[in-house]
Amino acid sequence: MLFNKRSALRLTAISLSYLALSATTALAETKIDFYYPVQVGGPVTKVIDGYVEKFMAANPDIAVAPIYAGNYNDTTTKALTAAKAGTPPTVAVLLATDVFTLIDEDVIEPVGSFATSAEDKAWIDGFMPAYLKSAQTDGQLWSVPFQRSTAVLYYNKQAFKDAGLDGEKYPTTWEEMVAAGKAVTAKDANGQVTRWGVGIAGNVGSAQWLFGALSAQNSAKLVNDEGTETYLTDLKVVEALQFWVDLSTKDGIHPPGIFEWGTAPADFLAGRVAMIWHTTGNLTNLRKNATFEFGVAPFPGHPTPASVLGGGNLYIFKDASDEQKAAAFKLIKFLTSDEILADWAVQTGYVAPRDDSWKTETLKTYMVEAPQALVALEQIPDSVPEFSTHENARTTKILNDALAAALTGNKTPAEALGDAQAEIDKVLKPYR
Amino acid sequence: MRDSRNVLYGSLLLLPAAVLLWIFTYQPILTTLYHSFFSTAKGKRAAVFIGVDNYARMIDDPVFWQALSNNVVYALVTIPVSMALALAMALFVNGRMAGQGIVRMAYFTPTVLPMVAVANIWLFFYAPSHGPIDQFLGLFGLGHNNLLGTPNTALWALIVITIWKEAGFFMIFYLAALQQISPTLIEAARLEGATALQVFRRLTVPLIMPTTLFVMVNALIGAFRLVDHVIALTKGGPDNSTTLLLFYLYEVGFQYWDTGYAATLTVFLLVVLAVVALFQFGYLDKKVHYR
Repeated sequence: MLFNKRSALRLTAISLSYLALSATTALAETKIDFYYPVQVGGPVTKVIDGYVEKFMAANPDIAVAPIYAGNYNDTTTKALTAAKAGTPPTVAVLLATDVFTLIDEDVIEPVGSFATSAEDKAWIDGFMPAYLKSAQTDGQLWSVPFQRSTAVLYYNKQAFKDAGLDGEKYPTTWEEMVAAGKAVTAKDANGQVTRWGVGIAGNVGSAQWLFGALSAQNSAKLVNDEGTETYLTDLKVVEALQFWVDLSTKDGIHPPGIFEWGTAPADFLAGRVAMIWHTTGNLTNLRKNATFEFGVAPFPGHPTPASVLGGGNLYIFKDASDEQKAAAFKLIKFLTSDEILADWAVQTGYVAPRDDSWKTETLKTYMVEAPQALVALEQIPDSVPEFSTHENARTTKILNDALAAALTGNKTPAEALGDAQAEIDKVLKPYR
Repeated sequence: MRDSRNVLYGSLLLLPAAVLLWIFTYQPILTTLYHSFFSTAKGKRAAVFIGVDNYARMIDDPVFWQALSNNVVYALVTIPVSMALALAMALFVNGRMAGQGIVRMAYFTPTVLPMVAVANIWLFFYAPSHGPIDQFLGLFGLGHNNLLGTPNTALWALIVITIWKEAGFFMIFYLAALQQISPTLIEAARLEGATALQVFRRLTVPLIMPTTLFVMVNALIGAFRLVDHVIALTKGGPDNSTTLLLFYLYEVGFQYWDTGYAATLTVFLLVVLAVVALFQFGYLDKKVHYR
């Protein structure tokens, strides 16, 4: 015998008291899991933990477990896998573009359905419409904006001055950008380019985002609001891609082939590329490391200047108790309060998606320190949501492949986009 | 009586391994095969039996064919080259030389490094214009290559990384095999007047054949199994030029969430690997001389 009677009795007593203990805590607290990704540098997990602690201090009946789940992709994968296994997180920060995928998988509950009181409705109205738009479909608000970004033009003022341009005057149209690019492109004695005019990242995952901006600048639309139809063969869209391709093949101001998103900041900082199209999320990094004066500018237009929005929203998952969902809704309201969003913007470089956030002392002080951040804010009304459809991962990949094929000269823009449209049509057919 | 006891003991001893094999290998294979005949469940739509539709789709899928041909090129180049390099390195460090330990370690280092870290280092090596490789090519007037960003060179860039990483690993096996060869055999051959080349061809090569087979099996499995560098470096791009089968499978399964089709691709991959394994163990094995 391993156990004698006494120790067996004691063991029973202990386990009983544990059971009782867990029962009482279960009564007192609603436990929710909160999945979030980390996509930018800095001690982001600590910041999130801090917010969650603050929230729990104010709501002692709710216990939130913040779970860092990798990058956006990993987080979506983990949340969906967990949901399919019947144990989804209650609330998660996922890409705004994942909305159709999450609806199709039937794992999320519209956040709008929790906002029943007048106060809640006013809270929703406080978000910038451009950001809300990406979360609205089928007449529902599925998520709320949290860590949002937009793409801006970073330009090397020193290079502009060296080329005899006005460092304060950034290009506002495609033509001006090409002209400035030609002026700043520098070559060595052998005719090899030592500094390119402009770099627009064309690797898988970045290409479709920036191409959304290019198309919008050319007054074209890539996708409808229902996410069931893409317009890749639209002449305006083809023209936008032709412009991108021409930057390297005709104008000779863009590195040939695929310009990498990941190395773009390093190229810019080393002066190898004078203008880059990149996310506002990189502002802090560039401000810290630039050895020259650089400017942040809104995107140019042809003729309408336009940028593209990106980033993550807060979602509530379906498979949870009503108490958990109510707690999740409370957490979401807390995380998107003006103060928290302002602090989040300062800590990470994300754009606070509420107008009132920008009126807080926190952001006002930040604007004085980093006036460049204002460019992002001013550009938001001119920005379009990013490419998002049903079966989003698949259609996005098809579009990315098409852009890569055109940028590397394997296909003409018209061919590449035509092929992609045909393929996407096949994928989206069941949703029409 | 005694026999049945032995059978009982034997089976009991095999049981743990058999259970693990069943749970983690055979059961998943059968489940995968089963799922490959069903459509993907989506939200409220349950999976329905669709027969061989997924297989028909696979045959019609240009990306699948591209992934397959990429993988074949990848395997046909990385396996022989890394094995030949491994043998050459092993022969080199097997001889007596100064700093032998350091050289051996140097050759083995790439294997020890985690692939994701390695991929980031190579990302810098391959960087257009300022990366060391492009600068080196620039010396010959061949500069300004975007090696990872051009469809014609991207796969080759990955092949180079794989060879660099695998060769050192295989070298260890060859080195162990070379040290197993009894010096008396070589001395005897020398006494008979055999040249170094003859010793290598008639003695060394046959004696390390079992190792060669083992290394080859490993290399082949590796060629279909390793995709970390694809994820870290190119994500299959540009335009699918570096998409390998397993990466495509992962993409379909965990990015597109098309699990039915992913199961079909898995079945295909399994069949390929099974055929290769059968060929290696059923045919090549008989040609190999074991001591």
